[in-house]
Parts: sequence; structure tokens; C-alpha cells
Amino acid sequence: MRPTHSGTMSKLKNKKRNLEENEDEQLPIFDKDGGKDGHLDDGDEDQGDLSDSEESVFSGLEESGSDSDDEEEEEEDGSEEKSSDVEEDKAADGDGDDQLSAKEVIEPQTDGQHSKEKKKKKKAAGKEGGEESVASDRDSGLQISSQVDEYEHDTSDEEDIRNTVGNIPMEWYKDYPHIGYDLEGKKIFKPIRNKDELDEFLDKMENPDYWRTVQDKMTGADIRLSDEQVDLVHRLQQGKFGDVNFNEYEPAIDFFSNEVMIHPVTNRPQDKRSFIPSLIEKEKVGKLVHAIKMGWIKPHRPKETTPQYYDLWAKEDPNSILGRHKMHIPAPKMKLPGHEESYNPPPEYLMSEEERLAWEQQDPEYRKLSFLPQKLACLRAVPAYSRFIHERFERCLDLYLCPRQRKMRVNVNPEDLIPKLPKPKDLQPFPTTQSLVYRGHSSLVRSISISPSGQWLVSGSDDCTVRFWEVSTARCLKTVEVGGAVKGVAWNPNLSICLVAVSYDDTVVLLNPGLGDRLVCTATDQLISSYEEPEEVKDQPVQWAVAEGEGHEQGHRLILKHPKAVRQVTWHGKGDYLACVIPDNGSSLQVVIHQVSKRRTQNPFRKNKGLVQCVSFHPIRPYFFVATQRYVRVYNLIKQELTKKLMANCKWISSMAIHPGGDNVICGSYDCRLAWFDLDLSTKPYKVLRQHKKALRSVAYHRHYPLFVSGSDDGNVIVCHGMVYNDLLQNPLIVPVKVLKGHTITHDLGVLDVTFHPTQPWVFSSGADGTVRLFT
Amino acid sequence: MGGLQKKKYESGSATNYVSRNKARKKLSLSLADFRRLCILKGIYPHEPKHKKKVNKGSTAPRTFYLLKDIRFLLHEPVVGKFREYKIFVRKLRKAYGKAEWSGVERMKENKPVYKLDHIIKERYPTFIDALRDVDDALSMCFLFSTFARTGKCHVQTIQLCRRLGVEWMNYIIDLRSLRKVFLSIKGIYYQAEVLGQTITWIVPYQFAHDHPTDVDYRVMATFTELYTTLLGFVNFRLYQTLNLVYPPKLDGQGEFNLKSECEEDYALESESYSEKLSALSASLARTVPLVEDEEAEPDHFPAEGEDLETMEAREKIELEQNKQKKLFEGLKFFLNREVPRESLAFLIRCFGGQVSWDKSLCIGSTYDETDEMITHHIVDRPTIDKQYINRYYIQPQWVYDCVNAKILLPVEEYFLGVTLPPHLSPFVEESEGDYVPPEKLKLLALQRGEKPQTEEEEEGDEEEEDEDDEEEDDQSEEEDEAEDEANLAEMEEKRAQGKRLSVKVTPGKVKQENRMRTEQEEKAEEKRLAIMMMKKKEKYLYDKIMFGKKRNVREANKLAAKRKAHDDANKADKKQNKKKKC
Repeated sequence: MRPTHSGTMSKLKNKKRNLEENEDEQLPIFDKDGGKDGHLDDGDEDQGDLSDSEESVFSGLEESGSDSDDEEEEEEDGSEEKSSDVEEDKAADGDGDDQLSAKEVIEPQTDGQHSKEKKKKKKAAGKEGGEESVASDRDSGLQISSQVDEYEHDTSDEEDIRNTVGNIPMEWYKDYPHIGYDLEGKKIFKPIRNKDELDEFLDKMENPDYWRTVQDKMTGADIRLSDEQVDLVHRLQQGKFGDVNFNEYEPAIDFFSNEVMIHPVTNRPQDKRSFIPSLIEKEKVGKLVHAIKMGWIKPHRPKETTPQYYDLWAKEDPNSILGRHKMHIPAPKMKLPGHEESYNPPPEYLMSEEERLAWEQQDPEYRKLSFLPQKLACLRAVPAYSRFIHERFERCLDLYLCPRQRKMRVNVNPEDLIPKLPKPKDLQPFPTTQSLVYRGHSSLVRSISISPSGQWLVSGSDDCTVRFWEVSTARCLKTVEVGGAVKGVAWNPNLSICLVAVSYDDTVVLLNPGLGDRLVCTATDQLISSYEEPEEVKDQPVQWAVAEGEGHEQGHRLILKHPKAVRQVTWHGKGDYLACVIPDNGSSLQVVIHQVSKRRTQNPFRKNKGLVQCVSFHPIRPYFFVATQRYVRVYNLIKQELTKKLMANCKWISSMAIHPGGDNVICGSYDCRLAWFDLDLSTKPYKVLRQHKKALRSVAYHRHYPLFVSGSDDGNVIVCHGMVYNDLLQNPLIVPVKVLKGHTITHDLGVLDVTFHPTQPWVFSSGADGTVRLFT
Repeated sequence: MGGLQKKKYESGSATNYVSRNKARKKLSLSLADFRRLCILKGIYPHEPKHKKKVNKGSTAPRTFYLLKDIRFLLHEPVVGKFREYKIFVRKLRKAYGKAEWSGVERMKENKPVYKLDHIIKERYPTFIDALRDVDDALSMCFLFSTFARTGKCHVQTIQLCRRLGVEWMNYIIDLRSLRKVFLSIKGIYYQAEVLGQTITWIVPYQFAHDHPTDVDYRVMATFTELYTTLLGFVNFRLYQTLNLVYPPKLDGQGEFNLKSECEEDYALESESYSEKLSALSASLARTVPLVEDEEAEPDHFPAEGEDLETMEAREKIELEQNKQKKLFEGLKFFLNREVPRESLAFLIRCFGGQVSWDKSLCIGSTYDETDEMITHHIVDRPTIDKQYINRYYIQPQWVYDCVNAKILLPVEEYFLGVTLPPHLSPFVEESEGDYVPPEKLKLLALQRGEKPQTEEEEEGDEEEEDEDDEEEDDQSEEEDEAEDEANLAEMEEKRAQGKRLSVKVTPGKVKQENRMRTEQEEKAEEKRLAIMMMKKKEKYLYDKIMFGKKRNVREANKLAAKRKAHDDANKADKKQNKKKKC
């Protein structure tokens, strides 16, 4: 490549010549001694240079070419020669080689070759210039001048003329026998290196020049440095100039001295602007002045005169206490630590293993203690508490983020909350103990009723029987089987009639139990049989039939067939009227009133609102009470109008009882409440009692004593004292006096019906356990 | 009819509250600045009674501030300073960007600063108000003064906190008003009584903190800013009340005592004085020289009835306190190097003792270990090689326990290598029915001047379980009944089977009626019935109270049981050991 280019371009030629000259000049630097061995010496060089100034580039090229030729020849013929010979050869043949290798040795770093190269070139250029200007210095070989090389940045002339591979890492040729190509494109072979360690060592010991022998990476040859070269290396290592003769401390000539010269340095006249004041500066200053005047810029802040701390509260001004301060709620203080926070707490405050595990599993928010109590043997062993900063921070957050509220803490004695009631002892008599149990029924006893004389008790059960008991002995005197589960029984309250109404399915049977006074019994039978069919037969919703045959023997007297199942039967106080409840939502026939003596049935209501739960006659006046799910309606039977509607405030009324005085009503409900209505007061309950834990099933008033009782699914019968005063101004007094227990809960049902003895303060209760119990 | 229809949410509580964002916008502050302002001014959110009304029908969780509070903030001069600072930062950034160094310098010189004096005065119009709120300030200052002087906050803040803390401790020493101290696993709690206010603060143990990442130090720094200002003013005022020089100076004698030492070794010239102050070993200079025995006899006023009693009680308390103040008077302590020096020095000096430590441990030691007058040497290691005969070698807990007990406790339990008695919290005041650890009972006995009992005797007087017997009784009754019924059923069954019962008449036994018991039962029944008649509201309250009471009883019982188990285990161990020895 080279020859073609060089041949064409004159510039390139020049360059090459420069290079040539460089090399020529540098030769003596490095190889003064070697120069003698070589075919060129200083004098020759000089002359050559002088003479060859106009010479073509090829003189140098030829030279190097010859070198490579030589080498090649050498390689060819002296392949078996020893390395020492090789070295000699090197010294002999390659001046340029020598020079290059030396250069490389001199540069301590191996990387950044480019810059090195440049430096080299600079030097070379300097030398060239120097050569022209200062001829005397040429002997020493190194000159530096300030002349700039015009080819400084042109890198093409850096290429080595001995090895044309260019500026590449030489390791690339590591695995080849050759190390590059010469100008003619022939391979440059590596010199043979077969020295082993021993040879190396011997060489080191024997060769006195071993220390100054270096290897040229470009050609792979060993080069022995001359004395001057070594000297140069030393100088450069010490950071001195390479040139021995260079004086770095030449006296400085102060060009612009303080002495006024008569002649100006430059002859340029002075600018006009140096005479007139600057407008821009004026503007700037003006702005600043304005800003200072306006107070936008403060040249110096006024010094603080008050000390950092002083007596802030020197004069406490009562006016400074604002309304805010009265409204202010001070933050509550931090909780003071208890024993468990001690570093050495009593052993009982330490957590056991399970407690510790539970503590760890708990969410940190819900932990009762924010730390694990620990017992440490001595103060020295106390570790740092890792959450200290956290706790302080949380306190900070509490202080500024938590809404504060004044909470009135009620500090009441719980005993004061309990109402003061008269002692039950003072309210006697009331039933206190269970005295008799009437057993016999095999299923739950839905309903009980007591004879007006108080001697007999009737109970109807789901086992399709009605049993008659003697109250005082608990003996079952009579068992009457009926055709279905008995829903309700009711003894006729009239003393002169011995009749029991029993309801099952859609039938109501009037039984004559034949107990007690025989006269009364026969009178009752006669009363029923003396009935005469009226002439005109009315259409009745209920069929009346007289029992005959076996039924009659058992005591059945009259059978009333209703259109639907009958739930409850209840007698009027006089004993002639009988009311039945046929619960059926939406139907107009939910309540029927029978007149036994006339065997007549009437439907008092054209329309019923809601599902009727139970009905009752007023004990004295012609009123009729109908309890639907949530209301109790009071009808005047004579005027045939609604007089009152009581709101029970409960979800579902189950039972109802009317005070013998007639002005008070109690309602039991399935949502565990018992509501006491005072009809004179209001349509809302006067008092609601939540005594039972479960649904109330039945309630009852005593006929003479101020007592009422409620039975519930929780198996309890609660007897309350409910005094009603004649004085209208005084409200009834209600005091629970006794909780009677006895019934066992079966199928989640406890007490189903309760009733009082007509004369004694005794309570009968029937339960789902198939028993009837008497409490006296 | 006439009149405009009232619009919703235009009056009433909806207009009395503003949400935080609205408040922020009204003040035109960034959230951080708003937070800062709230902290400094002590504004906290309010919980409206009807949240939905205030929230304009929405139930979203929002924090509400009183509109009045926000209006109050509007005129705060500090808000202006916040804005100024924002502008300053912007200008500074611009100047930096333009490389106008002179401008930068000038701006830095004129950096806006704000003072909190007026806020302190406004928040605490009287000194007592300020003193009441000083708890948190102290805890915070003591925490910040333990921070390393790198990173988390300004070095000046840390130094200021340290200075204020030392000033406070010096004041407490001078006033001798420390009342209680407690070594918890979190830190050391101190309680002092200053001008009738009980002030409690906590100091962390001297360790490097590993700073948590989930803590906003800006919030803490703002609080500290406020607290340092508050504490500085409070300290100034307190020093003034005692005629002490503020900023504190050591009195002549103390200064002379401390001079002799080689203080250059210990601290820089600039810091040595403050270090000497923080050593807490010398008393402070006064503006008016102290007159000895100035404790004037309190005047006696004739009083009657209840007043007399209260007066007497007060006098008694005062007497006790005076006694406590002189608890360590005449005692000379020496602290070994492994004990917490500052805490112990503070404590001992608070109660009139003399204290010193190794010269190389800290500046300000007043006498050497070799001093013959030393009465107590506080050591926290199992053994010590060189022991002097005429002094007690005790563990540091003794000092703390003595302070809490208000008497000098017997030192035997606190000797080196001895298992220490539990350290109890002096802040717990047991009411009736609470669990009282036996150590406390012992301590109370000691305070009353009784001789300590032997261990066997003590264990008897543990509290009994005071469970109500009612339930059990009921149960038993039911059981009886059930039994009866079972008998009856059996009999009936037999009868039904048609077998003849072997009827036998046995003489009946006269049932002994326990009158007391029946009476009790009656009363219980009465109560139960009365409870049934309670109103719903009262019942709820009653149930709550009773639940709380029962829980307390349960917890006390649990603790007692645990203690018993522990003691039993200990006894068993002892016995085994004895047997082995035999």
C-alpha cells in the first residue's frame, strides 16, 4: 500500500521524509554505541541529512527494506543460530528497530499508545525544526523548540516502516510464526527464542548487558540499550528533561514590566467606551438601588437583639387567656408503666410460653402489651429498646392527628343502678316452691284450665287426650281421648255449670267431666238436653252436633265443627258465651263467638286485620279483646265498635291476660317481652319487662291476689307482684317476686301454659316435658 | 308557604367543620407546611357528632378541622414565614443555576428564620400551663440528645436538646424534687414534682439507635423545634425562681474542684464547660447567695373539722417529702465504670448524696476510688477484685429501689452476684381488689417500720379468690332437684311395671337450716330479681361495669395463680437441693 500512495502524493512524500529524518536523527540518541556497529554513524547521518534534504523518501525505505531483507536472509540461513547471535544481528541490522524499541521501553505505560505516539512525533518534529534552526545542537540529538508540526494530527505517518501491520496489539500475532509484514508485503518472522529458564538465568549471570537488554515488541528482537539511552531513561524516570543541555531555569524576561516604555506595545488607539461611563452598569446599579430602597434587597439583616430565651411569662396577662384556651382539651398524658415493664419484674408478670406465642400471633394493633416482658439478671444486661423512636413518633402523631373529645366518664356504683324495690318478703303470699307434679301425659301439654271451685284441673296434650286431675292429690281422675292433638282447654267459669271446652283440629267439644257435685253435673246435662230447635234455622258458620254413643259416655256433650283448625277457646265470665280463635290470615272468619244455651254462633267481625293470636272477654264489662300479631284491639260488644287499639311494641304477641279489675292487660310476646298496659293511661305499654331469656308462651293474672305470672320457653315461670291501686293517680306497682324452675326443656320448648288457682296463690304450669306442676 | 326552601348542608355542622384538604387550600399551604403549622399551633382534628351531615352525605373517612381553628391559623405570622422560605429556596435555586455567587451569599445571609416565642406564649398563656405540657417536651429532648450527630437531624438541634436536658436535670437536682424513678426495658422513667405539677419523662438507655425507616423525622423535628423553645423558656423561668444563673454556671467551689483535672484530655476547650455541667457533679451558681436553713416553718392556721384533717395530712406528706429529699445525705457513692453514670449521678445528687467516678470515665469526678469516706460502691459485675473493707459493694438497682421506697433499704439483697429482688414500678397504685405482688407488700411493711417477715409466713396472706358462690349454689340446687326427679322417675317406672315397691319408712332427719346461708341466698335472689327490673339503658351500663370488674378479678386471680405456681416450683427446687445435699 505504502509505495503507491507515496508515489502519488507529494505531501505524503514530505511526511515520509520527515519521518525519515526523524528516524535518522533519533538514531544517535539511542544507539550511539550501536551506531558504531551499524552502518550509520552521527557524522554520516548529518551529512546524509544535509545532503538528502531533497532526496526521495525511498532512501529510508530502501534502508528499512534492506533491513528486512537482511533479516529474512538471516532467518533463512541462520535459523540455527543462538539467540546471542540474533541479538548481535539486531544491533547490527536495524537502526530503526533499535530506535523504535527504545521508544517503547521509554514509555512506561503500554496503553494509550496513541498519545505516546503523538508525543514521539512532537519530539521528532521539534528535532526537525531544531535541526534547521540550531545546527550546533544536532550532536546531542534531542532538540525541543516551540515550532508547531503541521502534521501533528495526521496519524498516517506514524506507521512503522519495518512492520506494516500498524498500530495493533502485537498479541494478535502470538500464535503465528511471523510478526507482521514489511513494506514489500513479505512476512517478518519472529526471531527464534528457544531459551529456557536455565539459559535465561545463565544469560543473566554471564551477560553483563543483560540489564540493558530489552525486547522490541514490533519485531520481537532483543535490543541492547546504549549508555546514552540508559541515561535518557534515567533522566525521564526522574522527571527531568530528556535533553541534558536544556536549562529549565532560564531567567524570565518580563515583557510587560513596570517601566514605562516610550513606545506602546500596540499602536491601537483607545476605545471610546473607555472614556464614557457604562450605561449597562448604571442600569444595574440603579436596579439594585431601587431594590434596596423598596426593601426588596436587604443589604444586612438587622441583628437580633432579644436573647434566645428570656422570661416569657414575666407579665402574665389574664386577658391573654382566650376562649380557645377554655375550649382547649389538653392531650392526655402517656400511660405510666406497670410492673410488667420493669427490667426485672416479679415472675408472675412474665409471659408463659403459650401467652408468648399468642402474643406473637396477635396483630400488633390488638396487643394488650406492646412489648414482651423480660427478666434481666442485672442492669448491665438491659438491651436497647428498638421501638423507642417508634413510640415517640406515635405519640407525636397522636398529638397532632388524633381528634380529641371530652368524654364524660360515668363513675357510678353499679349497686346504685339497681332499682330499689320492695322486698319480696313483704309482698307475700306468692308461690315459692314446687309442691306437686301431675304426670301422665306422654306428649307436651299445650293447655291447662282449672275448675272454678279450684278442685279440678284439666289439661290437654298433644297425645290426643284430655286429663282431669284432682288438684290436691295430683291424681288423674279421668282421661278422655279426643280425635286430635288438643290445642286448648277451658273450664266454664260458671260454678253452676260443669262444662269444659276442648279444642282439637277443627273441632271444639264441650265435655261434661262429671266431677264434683253430682247435682251440678246432671243440671248441666239437662241444660244441654233441654235445648229446643228454633223454628227458623239460620245459616251458621259452625255446625252444632250433640254427641251420642261412646262419646256421650266419655262425657262429650256438644261437638262444634269449625271450617278450620281452632287454636284457642275461652269462656265469657258468665259461662254462656264461648269464643274461639281460628287463626287464618286474611279470612273474615277468625274469631267466632258461640252461645251455648242457644247453640248459636256469630262472627263478630266482618273483617279481621292481621292474624289473630288470642282473644279474651273483659271480666266485667262487655268488651272483647283481640290480639293480633302486634296490636291488641278492644271492642265494645254492645256498641259494636272499636274502642282502643293497644300497641304492644313487640314483634309477635303470643298471649294475653286481663286483670280482674279490667283496667290492665298484660301481653306476652315471642320476643321475650311482657308488656303491661294500663288502659286508663295510654295505648302504649306502661311497662315492658324483659325477664325471660326466651319467648313467652303464656301469661295469667290471679283472680284475687295482686299477682301475675309468665311462662316461657326457657323453662322458667316468673311470678310478679302486680299491684293495681284503686286510686287512679297511683300507677301500678310491678315487682318480680319469684322465679320458679322445674320444667325441663324439650324440643326447645319449656313452659307452655300457666294458670292460677282461683282462690289460692298457687300457680299451675304445663310444659313440653309432659308434666303439669303446681307451685305453692 | 312563603320563604325560600332551606338548602341542605348550608348551615349547622356542615359549615362548622372543614376537611383537611379544604383547610389546606384556604391557607394555601402545602401539606407538609400545613402539618407543621398544626403541630406548632397545637391544632388537632375534631370528630363531628354527625359525620354524614358534615361530610355532605358521604360516609368517606375524612379528617375534619373546626373552621374556627382554621380561621385562627389564617393570621399566624409563621405562615408568612413559610411562604417567604419557599420563595427564598426558589430564588436560591435560580441564583445557583445562574452561578451568581454573590447573590447566593447575600441570600443565604438573609435567609428567613422564624421564632416560636409568640406561639409558646399564645399556647401557654400562663407558666403553669406550659409546665403541664412539659412531659413530652422532655422525653423528646432526651431522645434527640442521644442521637448520633450525623444524618437524621441538625447537629445544632441535638446540641440544643442536650443542653436543655442538662439544664433541666441540674434544676431538678437543685430543687431536689425528683419523686420516682423506674428502670423499664424501654428506658428510665423519672417523675418529678415541680411547682405542684407532676412531670414524668423517659430517657432511653445509652445505645446507638438504629433509625427506623417508617418514621417521618420531619414531624419529629418540628415537634422538637417547638419543644426546645418551650423547654428553654421553662428552664429560664425555673432557674429564675431558684435564683440560679441562666444559662447555668457552676458555682465557684464546684468550678475550683473540677479545674484541677486534666480537662484537655477529655473534651475540646469549647465543649469542656458544657460537659462539666452535664457531669452533674457540682452545684450551680446563684444570683443571690443561698441562706442555709431557710426552710421556714409553715404558719399554722386554726382549722376545724375536715380542714384540720386535710391540713394534718398535708403536713404529714410534706414531712415525708422532706425526709425523702435527704435520703442519701451523708452518703458517699462511687460509680464503677459499667454502671449508667448519668442516671445514677442525677439520682444520687437529687437526694443529697455525694457521687464520683473514675477520672478516666468522665469529666467532673470529685474524688478517687481510694477515698476512705466512700460508703457505697456501685458495681454491676458479678465480682470485683479489689474490695475496700469499709464500704458496701452494691448493684445499681439498690439506688433506684431506695428512691422509690423512700427509705434506705437493707443492702443485703443487692450485694454483688446476688439474685436481685424484682424491681417494681412505683407508678402502680393498687386499688382494692387489684393484685399486689408480695414484694410490694413486703416493701409496704418495711415502710411502716415492721421487721421483714420470714418467707414462710408471707405466703399465707395471698388473696383469696373472691368468686361469688351463688352460681355454685344454684347449680347444686338444680342438681338436687334433678336427683329427686330421677328418683321419682325410677319409682314411677317401677310402679308402671307393676312391681310392688318395698315401702319402708325411715325416720326423717331434721334438716339443719343454715340461717346465714338462706339469708344470703335470699339477698342474692332479691338482687337478681331487681336486676330484672332494670331499664334497658341502665342494664347495659350495669352489665358493662360488671364485666369490667369480673375481668379485673380474673386477671388478678391469674397473676396470683402464676405467682403461686412459681413459688411452689421454687420451693420444690429448694427441697430437692436440700435432699441432694443431705
